[in-house]
Amino acid sequence: MTSFASGLLFGLGLGLSGMTDPKKVVGFLDFFGGWDPSLAFVMGGAVLTHGLGLHLVKRDGKTLCRTESGRPEEASRGGKLVFGACVFGLGWGLGGYCPGPALVAAGAAGRQPLVFLAALAVGTLAAAKAAGSDCG
Amino acid sequence: MIAPLAGGILIGLAATLRLWADGRAAGVSGALAGTLARGPEGRTPHARFLLGLVAAGGVLSLLGVPLAQGILPRSDAAMAASGLLVGMGARLAGGCTSGHGVCGLSRLSPRSLLAILIFMASGALSVVLTRALAGGRL
Repeated sequence: MTSFASGLLFGLGLGLSGMTDPKKVVGFLDFFGGWDPSLAFVMGGAVLTHGLGLHLVKRDGKTLCRTESGRPEEASRGGKLVFGACVFGLGWGLGGYCPGPALVAAGAAGRQPLVFLAALAVGTLAAAKAAGSDCG
Repeated sequence: MIAPLAGGILIGLAATLRLWADGRAAGVSGALAGTLARGPEGRTPHARFLLGLVAAGGVLSLLGVPLAQGILPRSDAAMAASGLLVGMGARLAGGCTSGHGVCGLSRLSPRSLLAILIFMASGALSVVLTRALAGGRL
């Protein structure tokens, strides 16, 4: 239930923030054109809030309810991280979606996010199979 | 600036709820991998998180909140290529905009900062290439 609730809240935030608007995302990445920096405020608000929040819910490296698992910053490193991030960025700038916003848009924005999500699943499985399964 | 900031605060609260109640980072690509390829903790908590994201789109639509002002001129092939690159890239990098961005940066992780900076630089290159190759239509 809490997993669903946090997904719902996360998705509402993505939708309200403008992250589900591919044109806005491309505008944010368009440093050499008509750059629209407004999406930086999304990351700013999220990081400030969660940066404070994680100090409240963590004690001695453990969260209050559960032992912590799956930290993204420990899932990859070095050349693999750099190469993966380059590949990710090429796709992000091409379609204007990253995984979260595409899921929010899945039922409400026509065909594009659905095509993106189908290919996203294929790419995720292919890379997970190739690398063994360490989920970030 | 108000909508992006307010949305960002909701995202930060959601990530904090997920960490508090489930002990997990709110990484979307990680949850997707955990749903598609069964890991040690099972698929369910990952799948529920993803369902919440999809449901949020439905709620916003019902409330009449638009998710986008318009769509990009992209063919199915371009969207499929985009999805493949994002999916593979996120797994190789160990996270996506949410995992490295929201969760990793909040922990002041240098690795996540590196990932986010490369996401943006490479994304900017992609936007430039798309425009140069096809006038922004693909």
